[in-house]
Amino acid sequence: MRIGLFIPCYIDAFFPEVGIATLELLERFGHAVDYPRDQTCCGQPMANSGFNAECADTEALFVRNFSGFDYVVAPSGSCVHHVRNNFDAIEQTDEVKEVRARTFELVEFLHDIQQVEAFPWAKFPHRVGLHNSCGTLRRLKHARPSELHEPFFSKPIDLLSKVEGIEFVKPARPDECCGFGGTFSVFEEVVSTKMGYDKVSDHAQAGAEYIVSADSSCLMHQQGCAERIGVPMKFIHIAQILNGASV
Amino acid sequence: MSTAPEPIDGGMLHPELRAPDDRDAIIRGGRRLDHAEGTSKPLRTRPEPQPRGAKVYGNRPIDQQEAAARFIAAPEHERMHDERLWDLRQKRDREMHGIPEWEELRSLASAIKEHTLTHLDEYLDQFEANARANGIHVHWARDAAEHNQIVNGILRDHGAKSLIKSKSMLTEECGFRSYMASVGIEVIETDLGERIQQLDNEDPSHVVVPAVHKLRTDVADVFSRTIGTDPDNSDVHYLAEAQREATRPLILNADAGMTGANFVVAETGTFVVCTNEGNADLSANVPKLHIASIGIEKIIPRMEHLAVFVRLLSRSALGSPMTQYTSHFRGPRAGGEMHVVLVDNGRSERLGLAEFWTSLKCIRCGACMNTCPVYRRSGGLSYGATYSGPIGLIIDPTFNKRKYSNLPYASSLNGSCTNVCPVKINIHEQIYAWRRVLAEEHAVPLVKKAAMKAAGMLLSRPAAYRAVIAAADTALAHLPRFVIYNGLNAWGKHREVPHAPKQTFHSWYHANRGAKQ
Repeated sequence: MRIGLFIPCYIDAFFPEVGIATLELLERFGHAVDYPRDQTCCGQPMANSGFNAECADTEALFVRNFSGFDYVVAPSGSCVHHVRNNFDAIEQTDEVKEVRARTFELVEFLHDIQQVEAFPWAKFPHRVGLHNSCGTLRRLKHARPSELHEPFFSKPIDLLSKVEGIEFVKPARPDECCGFGGTFSVFEEVVSTKMGYDKVSDHAQAGAEYIVSADSSCLMHQQGCAERIGVPMKFIHIAQILNGASV
Repeated sequence: MSTAPEPIDGGMLHPELRAPDDRDAIIRGGRRLDHAEGTSKPLRTRPEPQPRGAKVYGNRPIDQQEAAARFIAAPEHERMHDERLWDLRQKRDREMHGIPEWEELRSLASAIKEHTLTHLDEYLDQFEANARANGIHVHWARDAAEHNQIVNGILRDHGAKSLIKSKSMLTEECGFRSYMASVGIEVIETDLGERIQQLDNEDPSHVVVPAVHKLRTDVADVFSRTIGTDPDNSDVHYLAEAQREATRPLILNADAGMTGANFVVAETGTFVVCTNEGNADLSANVPKLHIASIGIEKIIPRMEHLAVFVRLLSRSALGSPMTQYTSHFRGPRAGGEMHVVLVDNGRSERLGLAEFWTSLKCIRCGACMNTCPVYRRSGGLSYGATYSGPIGLIIDPTFNKRKYSNLPYASSLNGSCTNVCPVKINIHEQIYAWRRVLAEEHAVPLVKKAAMKAAGMLLSRPAAYRAVIAAADTALAHLPRFVIYNGLNAWGKHREVPHAPKQTFHSWYHANRGAKQ
């Protein structure tokens, strides 16, 4: 299986360890993983702000980079959501449709495609609070959102439960948005940061040592908020735990 | 922060006495002398003043963010507001879990509304004919001005000088109270929250709980100024009773009554009003003249459809199984008169908007507001519009694209609103769609456009992009471009910037897997 590794701009620049963990994890399952060097971004920042025309060139570049792989995998829910559900600034040729349909977020890929049974290399003896980003929770449907009357399921908890020693805490408002919201974080920074303060405080009160998420962008925002108000909290991407991070 | 020296009283002093600019302070040997009694007894603390809503300058775009920042700067208000509305959301969840067929009900409600909206003319005609047969006078109003004139005409015909009315968002749309004041008719709101807002000369901040942004100390302040209560007494029973004493005589002596309607039934020519205070029944039944102002989207085909909506409405709104009162109005009572004014006010035009017409399914339960993390932390008045919260973001621009052009950005697009909506409006997708419309029509600030254009240029050119983010510190300054726009670091103002790693993933890959490719 040939996998194209998509490492979104934030992760590339600020969280290289998340990209490395994702790559190593996919390699552990025996996949041939390529990282196309000319990749940049999926276009989401412009599209989310309403500037769809401005992301046409970026989307076209994305397709050039990722055409022809069996799967494109990225450790970022919101980017995958954009590619799969909103990526329409360019003409929807068969090639474009193909790339969009083959793009998966890492948790989905491991849970639904790879159907991983065990992570024997992974131990994480810590209390963690799971943060489902809104993109993974309500768009990619990683888990049952608390607003809906449907049976409970959670793909990230399914995967993390296979890691030895891990313990989950229950924040009071598990599905509440942390306030990142892409460009919302800068265009509406006061509300955004207040949401972030409340989010990290909720996890801290629940006794979490770590907040774990499939989205580095939410974690980057939450970490910035926690440091500003002095909440002692550590942040880790789910790929790092599943790849056997020892911290 | 003040540069004054650390307090020398070891924290014994009341904060109000510790003010660095206190010129009456007497210092002896480096220590401040204090009156024993003054330090031993807590001073009366002034309640936190209520933050006011968005500043409105004619047609200029509302700055929701500015008003939200002031709301957040009033922590008692913000915390109370957030917790009170979150409590409603939790109660709604509990009610939902008591109804096994909840998701089917939502689908059914959505289907009934979509069917009705796509056959609106037929059902409105049917309602009109049946209502007339029931003895109801039916009027049609194209817009707010026509609505106000029609109501004024009815009141004039009856020589009415005072009007008691129950809560109605439609009349807020129409600027009805200020119009009535201009023609010399006294309006008395009968919903307690709405009455508080009326006495405070402030718009409702929420479609169901209009004064939810106020602390009881704010209400004590309003009532002390308007109905003469003790300004220091914020006991809720005292305040409610005082308001009742002040308003009941006005209700009993009113010349006419007005209600809105939650649902209008085409097959019976009747309408239904849901309240928790019974105030619609006062408005409708005390005076002989009853006028109901109703938006044309409130119609449902048959009485059996009502059951679907009544089961969803209060559970979604307040997390209670039913409203206390579900009042059916079938026609004028003996010796009385009943008028229905069916109001369009932009609804037909909205029905023609391919991406936004389903917003007309809204039953005004407010569940999207209660769940919205932005709304809970901003207060409804920060939106500067009749409709606030998620539903407001998608309805308000249909009234005035320029004035409400910033509102669709007051959302993190988290999608919780869509999931709680009892009629399954895809609210967050419509918010996203509005951003596209506004950006394409150049209704968003140029600086935002310039930032997005620059980001689009950079992110589509791998070589330029690589050069910019080659080193972590330059990446911080340039990636993404919008983080530092307009010369202001909006990221770092209230949170820390990410820690710069030694190398990017890209360069790690080059060093460690470089042989490949």
